[in-house]
Amino acid sequence: MTTRIYVPGDTTAWSLGADEVETAIVNAITNHGLAAEVVRTGSRGLYWLEPLVEVDSPDGRIGFGPIAPEEVADLFADGKLPTTAHPRSVGIVAEIPFLRDQQRLTFRRAGLIDPLSWSDYQAHGGGEGIRQARESTPQQVIDAVMASGLRGRGGAAFPAGIKWQTVHDTPGDVKYIVCNADEGDSGTFADRLLMESDPFQLIEGMAIAARAVGASQGVIYLRSEYPRTHAVLTTALATAREVGLLGAGAGFDITLFLGAGSYICGEETALLESLEGKRGMVRPKPPLPAREGLHGKPTLVHNVLTLAAATTILADGADQYAGHGLDRSRGTMPFQLGGNVARGGLVEHAFGLTLDALIHDFGGGTRSGRPARAVQVGGPLGAYLPAEQWVTPLAYESYLAIGAMLGHGGVVVFDDTVDMGAQAEFAMQFCAHESCGKCTPCRIGSVRGVELIQQMRRGEEPERHLAVLHELCETLELGSLCALGGLTPMPVRSVINHFPEALHLPAEVISS
Amino acid sequence: MDDRQTEHPDHGDDLEIVRRLLADAPSTAPDALLPLLHEVQRRVGHLSPGAIRLIADACNLSRAEVHGVVTFYHDFQTAPGARHRVQLCMAEACQAVGCRELAAHARESLGVEWQEATPDGAVQIEQMYCFGNCATGPTIRIGDRIHGRVTPERFDALVTPLRPESSA
Repeated sequence: MTTRIYVPGDTTAWSLGADEVETAIVNAITNHGLAAEVVRTGSRGLYWLEPLVEVDSPDGRIGFGPIAPEEVADLFADGKLPTTAHPRSVGIVAEIPFLRDQQRLTFRRAGLIDPLSWSDYQAHGGGEGIRQARESTPQQVIDAVMASGLRGRGGAAFPAGIKWQTVHDTPGDVKYIVCNADEGDSGTFADRLLMESDPFQLIEGMAIAARAVGASQGVIYLRSEYPRTHAVLTTALATAREVGLLGAGAGFDITLFLGAGSYICGEETALLESLEGKRGMVRPKPPLPAREGLHGKPTLVHNVLTLAAATTILADGADQYAGHGLDRSRGTMPFQLGGNVARGGLVEHAFGLTLDALIHDFGGGTRSGRPARAVQVGGPLGAYLPAEQWVTPLAYESYLAIGAMLGHGGVVVFDDTVDMGAQAEFAMQFCAHESCGKCTPCRIGSVRGVELIQQMRRGEEPERHLAVLHELCETLELGSLCALGGLTPMPVRSVINHFPEALHLPAEVISS
Repeated sequence: MDDRQTEHPDHGDDLEIVRRLLADAPSTAPDALLPLLHEVQRRVGHLSPGAIRLIADACNLSRAEVHGVVTFYHDFQTAPGARHRVQLCMAEACQAVGCRELAAHARESLGVEWQEATPDGAVQIEQMYCFGNCATGPTIRIGDRIHGRVTPERFDALVTPLRPESSA
């Protein structure tokens, strides 16, 4: 019997030499005459173990990692397939606590299947969502999404069902499904991991949405920083047409559109401008894209994970999905653990987990071994949280209440060598770098913010500058057209409030 | 625009490539502009004023409109750069694991600033914001290849082969 050896192929595994590992394994199989074959997968998202090689066994897949290309020979040193006796064995992969303690719905197939094999996808439950959708009326599909409590996973957390209903109810000769795959937030990689590990799920989710709202055309707007994803999606879309998930028979097709390195194009109206071949300038709302979106037509714009979640909701039922989570944060959230963390990767879990559990139980503390000092949650526009806030449940409402946000679920850990003043300055700098320039608070305020914070970091009249900085933050927050200007104050204020010494501010100034 | 033209005269062969690309393009509708710009830059390395003029004509847009789009997006460059673009992620997750130190090493060891080509024309370094490789940074991209956990030593090992004429 031929044993299967699984080698991951997502960007992270690839960036650490997985392609060379595959070549070395194929050579070892040939040289030793082993009855084995290599299958390329996406990734499980257990990134500290990448490249993580897995070998079939009667008890489940045994993992070996991390394996550098030059270490492959040792894996097959005695001319046989490696066993759990090998020093790099991590045992049965499914039983690794980091993976075992997750609640994987969207990422259930990630790293398990060959991402480009339609039969693998179906054998692991794929395709059930669109089957259910085709047996239902469009309104029934929308009702299911509404009942699931699903909210936009891109960061804004708008109730998905309301958007679907709006696009459905808006008359239009042409309607579009636009997938926002411009995952620009630092510290986030869940969209990428899904598209590289289970691309048919996104395509199926878009097909479900198209059926529900009556759209005939779809677009995936993918950022150019993801070359590997581009290759996977290109092949997956072609396969989806061959098997009839897309194309004339399905009444729906998807084109893949490559961005050009602009963070602001992750904002939905800037993204639509970009798709129309223009500068990625934010549009005022209203009109909402759901009514007048791409080329002025009704358009459903969603993040990758929101569209993917539709497959789970349709296949497993809305109640089951809504059974996870707390308050109005229903379902699961793929948290992305990165930065200075010992065990980084993807943790899909129901809302309600704490940062303490994420960083320590899942993450194993910092990579450097030093104490963790601050954790930024929700990308470059998210707050830096000090240790006393790591017990707050990770949910939309509880995070808003402490002046933070979940955003797209990025969690970036910093150890005690971090200069929080530099982080506050970077927040303003990033806003200045990526501002589309349409509105004054963002375009000019960000530059003034950099100057103010630089002066404070040098200890030049920090208390007087703080008053100006507060006013500036308020202007950005209230006067910007979109979330870039509107949320840049969040990380800045979190540094002022929780790490005042970094800006030479006495603690009593903050508490008063 | 004119001063740029003097500074970087168009290579006639390059413009011929652009002409052929435009003639073969599946679409020159407005929403085909970004894909066209990507393709032209991929083939000839940058988007020269001459290329922008040809693209504008083909797409029935003004040169100003195309120039506006080209200069909005960080990916596009209007002047020829080095043979290899080495992009360093400078975003928060990589900051937490030492990308600022890696960037200082890159600038010092190559003796260049951001966007500046090495004297042999082989390498230029650029700041980028996130390759989605946030659990295994610092991350750099060379061409279409992404590399994780890049230490200064690994940086040297990756960049030195790109500069065969420099003994450094």
